Amino acid sequence: MKRIFYVFAVLVSSISGAQAGIDETINAATAPIATLVGQIVFFKIPVFGAQLPVVVLWLVAGAVFFTFYMGFINLRGFKHALHLVRGDYADPDSHGEVSHFQALATAVSGTVGIGNIGGVAVAVTVGGPGATFWLIVAGFLGMSTKFVECTLGVKYRKEFEDGHVSGGPMYYLRQGFSDRGMAGFGKFLGTFYAIGIFIGALGIGNMFQSNQAYVQLNNVSGGALDGLGWLVGLVLAGVVFSVIIGGIKSIARVTEKIVPFMAVFYCLFAIIVILMNAGTIPQAIANIFTGAFTGEGVAGGALGAMIIGFQRAVFSNEAGIGSASIAHSAVKTDEPVTEGIVSLLEPFIDTIVICTITALVIGTAQVAAPDFAGDAQGVAMTSAAFEREFSWFPIPLAFAALLFAFSTMISWSYYGLKGWTYLFGESDRGQTIYKLIFCAFVALGCVVQLGPILDISDALVFLICVPNILGLYFLAPIVKREMDSYFARVQSGEIRKFK
Amino acid sequence: MSNKILVALDGSDGSKRALSAAAAHAKLAGFDLVLAYVIDWSPYSFHTPQELEERHQRRESEIQRANDSILTPEIAALEADGLKVETVVHHGKIAETLLELGKQQGATQIYIGRRGESRLQAMIFGSVSAALVQTSTVPVTVVP
Repeated sequence: MKRIFYVFAVLVSSISGAQAGIDETINAATAPIATLVGQIVFFKIPVFGAQLPVVVLWLVAGAVFFTFYMGFINLRGFKHALHLVRGDYADPDSHGEVSHFQALATAVSGTVGIGNIGGVAVAVTVGGPGATFWLIVAGFLGMSTKFVECTLGVKYRKEFEDGHVSGGPMYYLRQGFSDRGMAGFGKFLGTFYAIGIFIGALGIGNMFQSNQAYVQLNNVSGGALDGLGWLVGLVLAGVVFSVIIGGIKSIARVTEKIVPFMAVFYCLFAIIVILMNAGTIPQAIANIFTGAFTGEGVAGGALGAMIIGFQRAVFSNEAGIGSASIAHSAVKTDEPVTEGIVSLLEPFIDTIVICTITALVIGTAQVAAPDFAGDAQGVAMTSAAFEREFSWFPIPLAFAALLFAFSTMISWSYYGLKGWTYLFGESDRGQTIYKLIFCAFVALGCVVQLGPILDISDALVFLICVPNILGLYFLAPIVKREMDSYFARVQSGEIRKFK
Repeated sequence: MSNKILVALDGSDGSKRALSAAAAHAKLAGFDLVLAYVIDWSPYSFHTPQELEERHQRRESEIQRANDSILTPEIAALEADGLKVETVVHHGKIAETLLELGKQQGATQIYIGRRGESRLQAMIFGSVSAALVQTSTVPVTVVP
């Protein structure tokens, strides 16, 4: 343990020591690659004057297909999902295992993040109020994608002799394609996915989060932390280190407890702010609907608003990326379908509830005072909308952003770890190496301005939705069969309520 | 079917006193004993993904530990005394689960100790016995 910490300290100090100038060198070297990767992944086709990234089309087409193919599981399964989460179907003899509620809470902690606060502001700025409508639609469709990927994650996970499990898209891609006689292709897709999730875990699941946390802290402290990124980075990395390597569960537990509380607190105040502007609600809602279909003042019109809304929804709820499937795979259950059904609540909570509330806070503020935010964008814009009613709100908001960032980092450290162990095996030594790298990147995220590297990571996370959704198409019939059998057994009373 | 007494054990001195009182009662009345250990657990707590993954193993080892260190050591002496003893380990909210186990086992009496070893344990355990007394459908003996 001591030796690991020593290695870690040396790693981090060498990073912060070399900070000056090194970012420019790295940026200069990676910028062309980032531009190229970005252009490939976010390749856009012009449609009626709007720029439609193919990858977004790919995600939405998948979500629409799964919604129809699974017979609107996002509507049909919703009530059953609530019953499952409430524990109505939990066998008392399985008490002590992971409950559906716990699996859902963990997955939601991983997805609810800065995107819910700042991403929506970006969507509304770029796509107009109408983007909110399409964000909700995308959230609704994304529920079906989540259902399929989380069911598969549990079905094809790998159980090791000592009882621990590893699962996720890399496993169902490899096994699923191999079952269909395409072992080589499945192996390739699995490896590709594992590399993608590993790099994504260092980028948007890590550096981006620690960077945003630092920016937020610096903002509310009035710039008192200028140039102290290394210190914030070290502290954050130290806390992450103590959780993922030191195994200090109490920190993780406290965060995991506070995050849902913060989410509720955030929504509560958001609703109060919306109600304080009650007079503007009808206009704000009208703007959302008219904007959705006319796209007034938005580049690309209604289609432009639609694209922005869809893109932000995916950024926020990660449906189609497959990350949540990794978290759900850890759960021991005999019915993979139940995990899938529970997981469809994630896009609902994340996108349809929290993002919509944020959008309404901004929307009502815009109606009341069109220039309320000045030049502020992203999180700062949302913060300004709250500040109109509660001058003290930016401070708890920054605190919430910090915690959201932290819990997202913890979740993504696990996703990346599963990518790593898929590639390099399950040895403890290898896992420790990965975790050290992860912590070093936490510190790095606060210290350097690595735009292009983040762009590459961002692009890669979107790129892995290509093999993932391809796999979902291929394996959807299996999920459908399991789903039909499951609901038939619920109908017939073979699967019964315990409460 | 002979009557059964359910005894809540947690390794504390209080629960040991409850056990000896229950054993005396069982011996006189010709009842059987059920030794129960409930591991405090809630389906609504929060975990990291890593903890979710380890949960199954951890549950097994928790049950193992409860059996090995709390329940099994008591059996020999009780059986030597001519009593029939069963043991059960379960996860859940303590008072609620004890009642549920009592019902499952058909217990007609529940024995529980009032004080644990540490102050904290005593605090938690105290509230458990109070909750048990208030909600139980069979007589509860709280042993000080």
